[in-house]
Parts: sequence; structure tokens; C-alpha cells
Amino acid sequence: MSASHPVMPPVPSLLRSAAIQRRVIAALLMREIITRFGRRNLGVLWLVAEPMIFTLFVAALWTAIGGHRAPGMTVVGFAVTGYSSVLMWRNSVSHNVHAVRENINLLYHRNVHLYDVFLARVTIEIAGATASFFLLATFFVLVDQMPLPNDLLTMAFAWLMLAWFGTSLAILVGAAASYSDVVARLWQPLSYVLFPLSGAAFMVSWIPDQARKYVLVLPMVHGVELLRSGYFGSAVRPYYDMAYMGTVNLVITFLGLALMRRAQLRLEAE
Amino acid sequence: MIEIQGVTKVYETRFGPRKVLDDISLRLEYGSNVGIVGRNGAGKSTLIRLLSGAERPTAGRITRRMKVSWPLAFGGAFQNNLTGLDNLKFVCRIYGVDHEPLIPFVEEFTELGVYFREPVSHYSHGMLTRLAFALSMAIEFDCFLIDEVLVVGDKRFHDRCHEELFVKRKDRSFILVSHDPKVLKLYCERACVLHQGRLHDFESVDAAYDYYNAECL
Repeated sequence: MSASHPVMPPVPSLLRSAAIQRRVIAALLMREIITRFGRRNLGVLWLVAEPMIFTLFVAALWTAIGGHRAPGMTVVGFAVTGYSSVLMWRNSVSHNVHAVRENINLLYHRNVHLYDVFLARVTIEIAGATASFFLLATFFVLVDQMPLPNDLLTMAFAWLMLAWFGTSLAILVGAAASYSDVVARLWQPLSYVLFPLSGAAFMVSWIPDQARKYVLVLPMVHGVELLRSGYFGSAVRPYYDMAYMGTVNLVITFLGLALMRRAQLRLEAE
Repeated sequence: MIEIQGVTKVYETRFGPRKVLDDISLRLEYGSNVGIVGRNGAGKSTLIRLLSGAERPTAGRITRRMKVSWPLAFGGAFQNNLTGLDNLKFVCRIYGVDHEPLIPFVEEFTELGVYFREPVSHYSHGMLTRLAFALSMAIEFDCFLIDEVLVVGDKRFHDRCHEELFVKRKDRSFILVSHDPKVLKLYCERACVLHQGRLHDFESVDAAYDYYNAECL
């Protein structure tokens, strides 16, 4: 190899930075996928298969014990809409709890920022959950276990809001966990408590009036309600306030970014 | 150009904050080089981490107008269950370089043989060092960060490192840290002494050498 004279890097511009960041995130994506899923057997398909299998088990279980039925909505459809969305934000956070510790040495590469690491990991989770949701819904529509979706645009909006929630919470929890291992340890039980409360297993209209306002404090409940409203249309009576969910998402985003900024000052590389 | 302005680095310990670098400043122009000598624990590696951007200063700022390398031969950024080739591809993607033309050089330099396509976790320390060094050479940088303790190996490895770095790339900048002032005399045109958190700048390597021997040992 010849050691040709290097070109002086041009002065950073916003466009150039965006191009670098796209490249870095793409590289991290490849690295994550090979590291996590390897090249053997299903490989990257596990990314989609994992949430699919999980959702299928829940759907089967609920069908067996005779879950909630309503005209225009099926047990399977209820499980698929609920669990795909909950898995998306939960996995986004769970796979990022140790993101800082596991990737701190990548910061030796000037182009890599911690945000890139988070965005790459979150992208993987969101892609997996979205593909799983899409494949399951298509399959169950074809075998007549789910009706056709009512309003794709509303669903897409609800899905994006849930993805934003997952991304911002992942950054907040990941940054907090870099301060203390306690955060990482607490996240596990917390995610178990949040799981049934998050709207995956019920609709707000089914629970007693007094309990509704407490459940609706959780931002993801609004997202799941809107998603089901988009899918099942008038068959469900949804409770949601997307302005509220957006506000909470925004607050989590700012808290996460601020905490990450502070955390970066005290991180210690190898 | 790379410039350190009033940089302080404080680490938290169980016995309270510990100031490792205290208001240090340094400027290096494109094409020139500097050696920094200091005793064990003087903060040399900390300075390298700050220069590479892996850590942020507690106070002060570092301005880079050159493409600065990661610490030479540093293998800590490898993904252990990826192969040497995968790690080469990853680094190339990050820096926006095509990896294909670099494979012959990296294979030849590292002498890894079949292990180039085995997971890095199976590598010996020497193999890891050779791969890390080869990758630092594969990407073109304006300024190399060299922590002497990282570049350890046999005579053959040292000779080849010397050839790649100080002969083929003698037009580049570098910042070399070492606990051995003789190393600085060999390679650097200018030298600083890092002692008790302060950085003392000297016009000549000889002046730094004398100061170090008189004040720090």
C-alpha cells in the first residue's frame, strides 16, 4: 500500500456531518446484526422471528382461554396490535441499557458518537418489530383471523409515536445506567410492571372509570389505543390524547439528551 | 493543526476528585510532531484519550483541524466475536474508505494467515497489536497518536512499524507519549514534559531531556 499524502479534511458542515453520521450508523447496524445474530442458521431473520414467536404464543394463549371478543375485532388481532407495539419500545430500551458500557471504546474513532450507537440499536429493534407486525397481520388477514386494517395513516402515526417513545426512553435509561448499575438492575422489574399496564392486554374502555385516569398517565397507552383505533375503526372505543403523548415524549427526549451530555463528560474509556 | 487550550481533567475516585491534568496547553501544526515524556501515572494516557476524543476534558477545549488517529495499535475498540476482516470492514465503513484494496496490505502486515478470518477473541496479544497497527495504517490520518506502551512487540514488528510510520509517513504529524526520554530523542523534533499535572514545553528535545532527568526522576 502506498502512503499517499492525505487530503486535509474540509471544514465540517451540517451536510457533511449528516453524511458521516449516516455512514457511521450503517456501519454500526452491520456490526450489531452480525454480533447479535451471527451468520449461522436464521441469522438476521431472528430479529423478526423473535417478536413474531412471542406474539404468536400470546395470541394462542388468549385464544385458548377465550379472550375478549367484539364485532369487528378478533382475539388474534388484539394480541398482534398490542404485543408488537409493546415489544418495540420495550426491546428498544432493554437492548440499550448497557449500550454506553459496551461501546465506550468506539469513541476512540472520532466519527462515532454515543447517539449513533443508540440510534443503530433502536433502528434494529424498530425494524424487527415493524416487520414482525406487518408479517403477522398479513398472515392473519389472509387466513381470516384478522379484519383488514381500517386506516393505515392513523396506524402509521401511532406507530411512529410509539417508536419515538422507545427511542427517547432508550437514550434516557441508557444515559442513566452509565451513572449507576442500579438503573440497569431496576429497569428489568420496571419493564415487567409496565408491560401489562401499557395497554397491550386491555383497552382503556374496558376498565373502571376511576382507574382510567391513572392508566392514561402512561404515554404508551395512548399510542396503543390509537393504533387499535386505526386498525379496528369503530369496533373499538379508544381513549387517547396524542398531544399529551407528544409532550411526554418531548420531555423524555430532552431529559435523555441532557443526561447523555452530562454523562459524556465523566465517561472513562479503557 | 491541533490545539489544546487550558485543558483540565479530573477523575472521580472514592477518595474524592483527583486532578490528572491541570490547565495544560499545546499547539501542533500540520506536518510537525511532538513528544511528551512523563513518569508512570503522570497522565500521558489520559492526554491521549482526550486527544483522540474518547473522553472529554473537564475544562478547556481541544480543537482539531487535522484528521487525528485513534491511539496507534490500540485494539480495545475491536468487537471480539467479529473476525479480523470484519473489524477491518467496520473501521473502513466508519471512515468512508473502500476496504477491498486494503486487504492485501493488512494481511501481509499482520501475518495472521487463516486467523484473519477467525474471531478476534482467538487472537494472541501480539496478533491483536499487529492487526490494530495495520488498521491505523490502512486509514490515512494527518496526525497519529502514539502511546509507546501500546506498541509492544518483537524486533521484526518494531522495524516494520518504524518503516510504515517514520519512513513512509514521515510527512505526517504525530504526538508520541513515552516514559523514556531516549525514545523522544530518536523520533521527535520537539518535546514536552508532563509532571504533576502540568505540561512544560521546550524548544529542543535536549532541553526537555535535561529537565526531565533533573526534576522528575
